Amino acid sequence: MKKLRYAGVLTAVALALTTTAGCGGEKVGAEKPAAGGKDCGTFNLTVSPWVGYEANAAVVAYVATKELGCKVVKKNLKEEIAWQGFSTGEVDVNLENWGHEDLKKKYITTDKVAVEAGSTGVKGVIGWYVPPWMAAKYPDITDWKNLNKYAAVFKTSESGGKGQLLDGDPSYVTNDEALVKNLALNYKVVQSGSETALIQAFRDAEKNKRPLLAYFYEPQWFFNEVKLVKIDLPAYKAGCDAVPAKIACDYPPYDLDKIVSKKFADSGSPAYDLVKNFQWTNEDQNTVARMIAVDKLTPDQAAEKWVKDNQSKVNAWLGK
Amino acid sequence: MAAITSDVEVEVRRPRRSVVVGVLLVVWVAAYFVLRGIDTLVLGGQETTPLHRWLTDHRDDVGQGNVFFEAIRIVVDHFVVLLQNVISQPSFDRPVPVIGWLGVVAISAYCAWAFGNWKVAVLTAAGLGFVGLQGLWQESMDTLALTVAAVLLSLLFAIPLGIWAGLSNRAFRVATLVLDLMQTLPTFVYLAPLTLFFAIGPAAATIATLIYAAPPAVRLTAHAIRSVPPESVEAARSLGSTRGQTLLKVLLPMSRSTVVVGINQTIMAALSMVTVAALIDAPGLGQTVLKALQTLDVGVAFNAGLAIVVIAIVLDRVTTAAGDRPWRTASLRRKVLLGAGALAVLVAVWFSRTYVWAAEFPSDANVGSRIAVVATDVTNWVQDVFGGFTYGVRDAVTIGLLNPLEALLTGSPWWLVSAVVVALAAVLGGWRGAVPAAVCLVLLVATGVWQDSMVTLASTLLATVVVVAVGLALGVWSGRNRRVDTWIRPVLDAGQTMPPFVYLVPFLALFGTSRFTAIAAAVVFAVPVTTKIVADGIKAVPVATVEAANSVGSSAWQVISKVQLPVARRAITLAVNQGLIYVLSMVVVGGLVGAGALGYDVAAGFAQSELYGKGLAAGLAIVLLGVMLDRITQAAARRTQNFQNRGDMR
Amino acid sequence: MTAQLEYPDIQDSDALLSVQGLWKVFGPKAQRVPRRPELAALDRTELYAKTGCTAAVRDLSFDVAPGEVFVVMGLSGSGKSTLVRCLTRLIEPTAGGLFFEGEDLRAADEKRLRALRRSKFSMVFQHFGLLPHRKVIDNVSYGLEIRGESKPDRRRRAQEVIDLVGLAGNEHLYPEQLSGGMQQRVGLARALANDPDVLLFDEPFSALDPLIRREMQTEVVRLHREVGKTMVFITHDLSEALKLGDRILLMRDGAAVQLGTGDELVGAPADDYVREFVRDVQRADVLTLRWIARRPRDGEPLDGPELGPDVLVREATRLVLEADRPVKVVSNGTLLGVIGDEEILAVVADN
Ligand SMILES: Nc1ncnc2c1ncn2[C@@H]1O[C@H](COP(=O)(O)OP(=O)(O)O)[C@@H](O)[C@H]1O
Ligand SMILES: [Mg+2]
Repeated sequence: MKKLRYAGVLTAVALALTTTAGCGGEKVGAEKPAAGGKDCGTFNLTVSPWVGYEANAAVVAYVATKELGCKVVKKNLKEEIAWQGFSTGEVDVNLENWGHEDLKKKYITTDKVAVEAGSTGVKGVIGWYVPPWMAAKYPDITDWKNLNKYAAVFKTSESGGKGQLLDGDPSYVTNDEALVKNLALNYKVVQSGSETALIQAFRDAEKNKRPLLAYFYEPQWFFNEVKLVKIDLPAYKAGCDAVPAKIACDYPPYDLDKIVSKKFADSGSPAYDLVKNFQWTNEDQNTVARMIAVDKLTPDQAAEKWVKDNQSKVNAWLGK
Repeated sequence: MAAITSDVEVEVRRPRRSVVVGVLLVVWVAAYFVLRGIDTLVLGGQETTPLHRWLTDHRDDVGQGNVFFEAIRIVVDHFVVLLQNVISQPSFDRPVPVIGWLGVVAISAYCAWAFGNWKVAVLTAAGLGFVGLQGLWQESMDTLALTVAAVLLSLLFAIPLGIWAGLSNRAFRVATLVLDLMQTLPTFVYLAPLTLFFAIGPAAATIATLIYAAPPAVRLTAHAIRSVPPESVEAARSLGSTRGQTLLKVLLPMSRSTVVVGINQTIMAALSMVTVAALIDAPGLGQTVLKALQTLDVGVAFNAGLAIVVIAIVLDRVTTAAGDRPWRTASLRRKVLLGAGALAVLVAVWFSRTYVWAAEFPSDANVGSRIAVVATDVTNWVQDVFGGFTYGVRDAVTIGLLNPLEALLTGSPWWLVSAVVVALAAVLGGWRGAVPAAVCLVLLVATGVWQDSMVTLASTLLATVVVVAVGLALGVWSGRNRRVDTWIRPVLDAGQTMPPFVYLVPFLALFGTSRFTAIAAAVVFAVPVTTKIVADGIKAVPVATVEAANSVGSSAWQVISKVQLPVARRAITLAVNQGLIYVLSMVVVGGLVGAGALGYDVAAGFAQSELYGKGLAAGLAIVLLGVMLDRITQAAARRTQNFQNRGDMR
Repeated sequence: MTAQLEYPDIQDSDALLSVQGLWKVFGPKAQRVPRRPELAALDRTELYAKTGCTAAVRDLSFDVAPGEVFVVMGLSGSGKSTLVRCLTRLIEPTAGGLFFEGEDLRAADEKRLRALRRSKFSMVFQHFGLLPHRKVIDNVSYGLEIRGESKPDRRRRAQEVIDLVGLAGNEHLYPEQLSGGMQQRVGLARALANDPDVLLFDEPFSALDPLIRREMQTEVVRLHREVGKTMVFITHDLSEALKLGDRILLMRDGAAVQLGTGDELVGAPADDYVREFVRDVQRADVLTLRWIARRPRDGEPLDGPELGPDVLVREATRLVLEADRPVKVVSNGTLLGVIGDEEILAVVADN
């Protein structure tokens, strides 16, 4: 009985609300969205899971939509899967590729489903880093030759009595195990397993003055928060990384580049020219990444802001 | 009388078994010190075996272009997109979905009322409203659409399969094996190939979710069919029912409530895949979580995680209420009210199609960002206050327990470990334990990731022991105390459905990158399910049995240890099994926070094409560990049970 | 199957249901147990130890006459339920013959069997076996529904049997809303609904309170009188067996121990097991004068009152004790024996 009454009251209230309060207000469809797409059409843009990439994607998507009237479909994909997407036709553009020589070989050389579209202008640096407080306290730590001296400092529960060298995201091929061995360092490589874990470790290390030596890379939005200090490994010379097991030198500098699907490159779309011409600097990318990661702007807002301040660069991409 | 004899029986046997186990362990430790470092089958991070390379080369063989997969893809894609058009995405040339928020809330609440009761209807409306206020309406609807699609498709297969496994013993045995595989094989192993077969898009995400989510529905349907009282089936047969009639008119209706529990579990499992599926572009809340984690924004991630939890709780309560509905058909009054309600729903749907305020969730409440801020503050506070202490705990456990165990497993020759494990299995579970253990160990060696398997095994054992201990304690507590139960349930639901990614960051802050962090995360994830099953088992102990124990003056502890736990033995065996499976399903997540070993191998296989084969092998190794541990515990449980039964027969 | 055993030709007998050398063995390779004499001879524990099999029914033979109430009795685990299920092949017998109205049931295929179950046999179960998701009336009409009768027909028929078993007014309740006794009435009604020739009862009243049980027993007696069905009635309760049964088969570990009328069992137990079984029975209520009459002693006066041999002791007690000379037991004019005070008292005081 009680249950029935409740239910009755509820329906009555619902009906009353909808009929009285409801009948006013703006109608759906009163304002139609602007119909886009001149001659540009649609392209699929993969978005890799790091903020620097998102900055690239934000700006290119913004310019393509606003200036060229394209429709951009962003797909959030891990790199490996994005590469696969070139072959299934579901990805057209990758705006920041870190090396991946094996994948280039497979999809560009062998399968011929993708082509390179030039550098993004952003320089990638990979190496070993320590938090700034350590560099200040132990000024000589940045030379790899002194690392063994500090091995005991870096000991943790995971490193089995040696110093700990924390490695990163499993996406990256690292030479760290070979480096440790070939440079005769008294360290053990411990897998952090993810970028999140790596950043959290550095954040904690700087805040609580804990020692940490870890694999890291630039550009990375986290440098806006903590300026990590790079360890100088034996300098990279061309060919010194030819045999993986014998590597005893630093990582090469990466020229981050763009990859597009063959189909997209041949389509003659103005968006392809935009992607091809797109080039900026580490600072540019950091600026946009910072707006997204720290200031919490949406990618579109961040892109809009940056484009307003850098119209000349954008014009260059558009060939104006 | 029977109970007493059985106790004696067990007591006589137990010391003997434990002595044998003790001797075995001592021999093992002694042998370890002699043989340390021999035949440990180490394989470095980037190293692979021929098997791994072969797997890598043949990854795409089944692959794309297959008409069969293509057909499935098209159907599933269309289905999901249809659902999205209806509730989440702008569609049919309108800037809003077919049904706006008001309509969705009205329909959901109405269904909850019709299938459940008015209480869950109110909960549904409140839950959905809350998600909207969090500023996550569209994301939530995307998640809901995907979940609903995955669950419906799961059921399409799971229920017939479950019926089959319920009717045939052989099918049951095969099904159990396959389901174990589906539940323990890490999603990461099949995520990338799935995008190859089914292309990037809703289909792949739905099917990945389906693979993980279908097993509970199969299991529970089979269980339900098997638990229909035999007399009712016999009665139907004795009246000359055909098989089909027996199935449709007796077995299925009578299994309804248990099947609903299975559906409920499937929904939960599907929701727990939301974030993982986001890695292959599944739309919805998972994306929000992943995006937030790129910048370690715990607050935003928590907000989205909370929305998942809220949706999960709503779906759970509604399905539970639907399963518990009595058989009675609706009274006339209820029918009239249901009709009136339907009318109101139609009005609401019309509004949500016509007016903007009813179509797009009002965005000025900003509850979401406030939740995010609070969550961030709380996390920071916890980190600041407990930070030092937690590192101490970690080091103590790692050095005192984990490292010795791991050293023993990884430092001994593989054949020594295998011999000891098989011997232990034989002592504890007879041949039923020993044979599967031996087979699994041989296959483990074949996967080429023996050493990593041993590292993972050490962590898994430790985590499972903690999970079972905590789960038993909490389960008994809430099984005996109704109030505790009501309070603890939502927390457990949250623990089960909150994406682990959300609490990984605070855990990393508390414990650093380490195996201990992975163990802690696995415990948080696995304790809820263990607790629930134990609590249900304890609650199912007949009142009369407990009263009988109380009437002879047993203390609370005696009632628990001598009556409730033994009677709930089957539930506890199941709880241990599920605890183990949940711990294993967190191995990959553990790999993301420093556990290394198999979890890392799988993640690396997902991320680096040349390591794919190794990742797959590592995934299979996780399955093998799971099957092995499960079979040993089941066999051991069955043996103890047999002693008891024999006692009963006297 | 049972080639080594010889049985009289079934066609000659007027039995409705005939069981010949029936075996049911549970366990691995059950077939070999009845076939191999050395296995068939083993007792329960030995058989289990040797083969892992349990012989729930061993080599049973009996006939059930039309209209008879045939009771099977035995302790729990003696194989009664298995036996009664074998009769309609709900459980497949391992060996032996099974005939209904001369038809070989073991040769019947699935379809024929279903047809028989739909029209000739019905069963009532210990725990009722009702369908909780159906109302009383839908439970009762289940058998009619599956044989494809129209809804009005089955409603009408269901209503008839519901009235017959005294459930009128409860048609639209669900089983869980009824007491145990009422639920079993539903079970009974369901069994009667398709108007079977044979009703099989598997301990139908064991789960009921004693009071209800007695009521239900009376109900069965009434129904038997009214509808006159043949019944096979399983029970572990001797008084129930004596109350209902025309003949009683006493089973032990799957085998028959004795088959006879109630007073035969009580009056002439076949062995100590049966004697022990019937020890606590109210013998005066079961035994007839036939069982206690003795030969007249020399010089005893034979001019006392006359009684028939089938008169119960209880009924004769007063007359015998009041008479000052022995009572004569006479059947068709022949003197079977006499009964004095001491014979009567031996039976009555025994309790
Ligand atoms: N399905 C079965 N599998 C194995 N053994 C059975 C099975 N059904 C009954 N039995 C065994 O057969 C014997 C007789 O059982 P049952 O016919 O139920 O006896 P009753 O009804 O007289 O109590 C028991 O020992 C029982 O354990
Ligand atoms: Mg029985």
